[in-house]
Amino acid sequence: MTTADFLIKGVSLPDGKKNDIALANGVISSIGTAFKGEARTVIDAKECVVLPGLVDLHTHLREPGREDAETVLSGSRAGVRGGFTAVSAMANTSPVADTAGVVEQVYRLGQEAGLLDVFPIGAVTQGLKGEALSEIGAMADSVARVRVFSDDGNCVSDPLVMRRALEYIKKFGGVIAQHAQDPRMTVGSQMNEGEISARLGLKGWPAVAEEAIIARDVLLADHVKSRLHICHLTTAGGVEIIRWAKARGIDVTAEVTPHHLLLTDDLASSYDPVYKVNPPLRTEGDVHALREALADGTIDIVATDHAPHPTESKECEWQEAAFGMLGLETALSIVQKTMVDTGFMSWNQVADRMSIAPARIGGYQNHGQPLVVGSIANLVVINPTLKWTVDRDLVLSKSTNTPYHGHELPGVITHTFFKGAATYSNGNIASIGGK
Amino acid sequence: MKHLLSIADLNKSEAISILDTATELGRVSDGAVKKLPTLRGRTIVNLFAEDSTRTRISFEAAAKRLSADVINFSAKGSSLSKGESLKDTAMTLQAMGADAVVIRHPASGAAQRLAESEWMSGSVVNAGDGTHEHPSQALLDAFTIRKHLGMGGTDLSGLSVAIVGDILHSRVARSNVLLLSMLGAKVTLVAPPTLLPVGIQSWPATVSYDLDAVIPHVDVVMMLRVQQERMSDLFFPNAREYSRYFGLNGERMANMKSGAIVMHPGPMNRGLEISAEVADSARSVITEQVTNGVSVRMAILYVLLAGGALEVGSN
Repeated sequence: MTTADFLIKGVSLPDGKKNDIALANGVISSIGTAFKGEARTVIDAKECVVLPGLVDLHTHLREPGREDAETVLSGSRAGVRGGFTAVSAMANTSPVADTAGVVEQVYRLGQEAGLLDVFPIGAVTQGLKGEALSEIGAMADSVARVRVFSDDGNCVSDPLVMRRALEYIKKFGGVIAQHAQDPRMTVGSQMNEGEISARLGLKGWPAVAEEAIIARDVLLADHVKSRLHICHLTTAGGVEIIRWAKARGIDVTAEVTPHHLLLTDDLASSYDPVYKVNPPLRTEGDVHALREALADGTIDIVATDHAPHPTESKECEWQEAAFGMLGLETALSIVQKTMVDTGFMSWNQVADRMSIAPARIGGYQNHGQPLVVGSIANLVVINPTLKWTVDRDLVLSKSTNTPYHGHELPGVITHTFFKGAATYSNGNIASIGGK
Repeated sequence: MKHLLSIADLNKSEAISILDTATELGRVSDGAVKKLPTLRGRTIVNLFAEDSTRTRISFEAAAKRLSADVINFSAKGSSLSKGESLKDTAMTLQAMGADAVVIRHPASGAAQRLAESEWMSGSVVNAGDGTHEHPSQALLDAFTIRKHLGMGGTDLSGLSVAIVGDILHSRVARSNVLLLSMLGAKVTLVAPPTLLPVGIQSWPATVSYDLDAVIPHVDVVMMLRVQQERMSDLFFPNAREYSRYFGLNGERMANMKSGAIVMHPGPMNRGLEISAEVADSARSVITEQVTNGVSVRMAILYVLLAGGALEVGSN
């Protein structure tokens, strides 16, 4: 019997069964109740749960172009601290990831960082302008093997452009990830349109501006028999449309962010732009509908929409501030708080929504694998019995715009394993690769 | 009380004590020597990131009558127009030793950001922030209404007020709804449905689309300015149609209750939301609002900086 690199002792599998898991040569080498061999590192994990490594389908790594906010390396570090073994780099960089050259650059930076897999997302349209298709085929055929395309940050609002994009990606089994926001209905919008926006005098971002695009696009996906993914769903009405579309057999998936599972629009009353995000924080009723939909599978996955911004973009008036908040380092804790501790979901469902399903949607091999002997050892170990307090000055992201500063959250991630190596262990990031 | 950011910061007795203090201070303005030494040696900065002659000179006059040193800091030609951040401006004012900043800003919440940040330590008076609030305007409006129609009471119980026009974008309306209802008045908002915010149901006011139905029943008709930029943004078909349904003209004024008054926060669009005949009529208290504005702003600065209301009857 070979010596294991790691032995995770007494850990609960997602289904609750306690086991010893041994890792050797980058794979899970044994799972059983009584590991007999040698191990270089033994981890006492009897209070912990092990999940397949988390997969984020929606991450803004900002490189190239805004390295002052985040880099592929700093975002990778934040990712492994959050239990991720794969992240998807959104295309709204500068230059935009609308050519094979840019996606290959981002992919290569991810490989160099070496902490997790960085899968670039390609832009649907040139320059995210919503007019002409980008080099979708070239990006798909590149080293980065792009399968997910999105103009995120912008909506592909022209229905003809959306139709053509949905059709074109069928050639290689791709998916269009739509940022559902009717641009005309949201000119200058600042926050959810409702009682709070009326009182605060901030321009409203109505739920219907999201729902109208979702409704249109599920019908388009049905018509051309292609695959659609809805980014960051935020409204109860949007949930109803997805539920209807799935019942009809339309090939649509949807994501929800951790912050939309927890935070509500009344936080804007502080006028603190740390709560300014697109799509905006909605109401209690929406939050409840999103939690139910994630639990029953109407919403397929949790995706962070990790959106780092430099200090000056948030230290200003609300309407001047940038949209977006950090998400990678707190995602699993927020999901435990909102979905597990509330009884909405089991850890088995968490494994599905945060690893298995996003890996399937993105076509990411070696991620979201079942925890069986022989699987690539991409894992996260979390101690759900411990709590921690978020400190924006201690985040690993280059930016500090977390809305949870000072919040006590449940669930301490103790280890992240990427291809059998401990990229994160008890507060320490592995010094793999990097620059 | 350290700041005045929103009417929601005040309770009823605090609001009434500002009005009472304004009454007392108004007597100073009527006297031969118009100055009180109260704020001698204190520095008040008028930080106007948005053009507003009327509000700025009103605050300036108020501060000077209390003997404060006044610094005017306006958008045009200043560092604000060169892209300086609110944070840097605030830290500059802090370094200059401003005891209070009166801020007018195009961004809703700018005054609150200034007050709740660690950028400066002085008092902050909101002189209008975006489409959020304009509390000193509401206080001077309440003061004017009380003076005319208050029947000797301290509050506005029993009175009905219609606020007419662009409620959606009006900071004057937001502050007045909160203040007038707190003081016991019944508030009706009259506007085309496009100019009423979604979510207005939670406001302490009733809503009507029909000015003619409301006019005969109210003691105060407060007209709001229609901004030029609304004309091109689909809120109503054209200026003439707006004026026909929501403008206050002589014919409509004739249906007002006897003794009812007409108000407008200014600047007016004569011929659009208000006709010249109405603006210059005996019912109009529009210029008196301006006069009262100085007393009310003196009272606000007095309460914030001199540490409390003026005893009624003292002098």
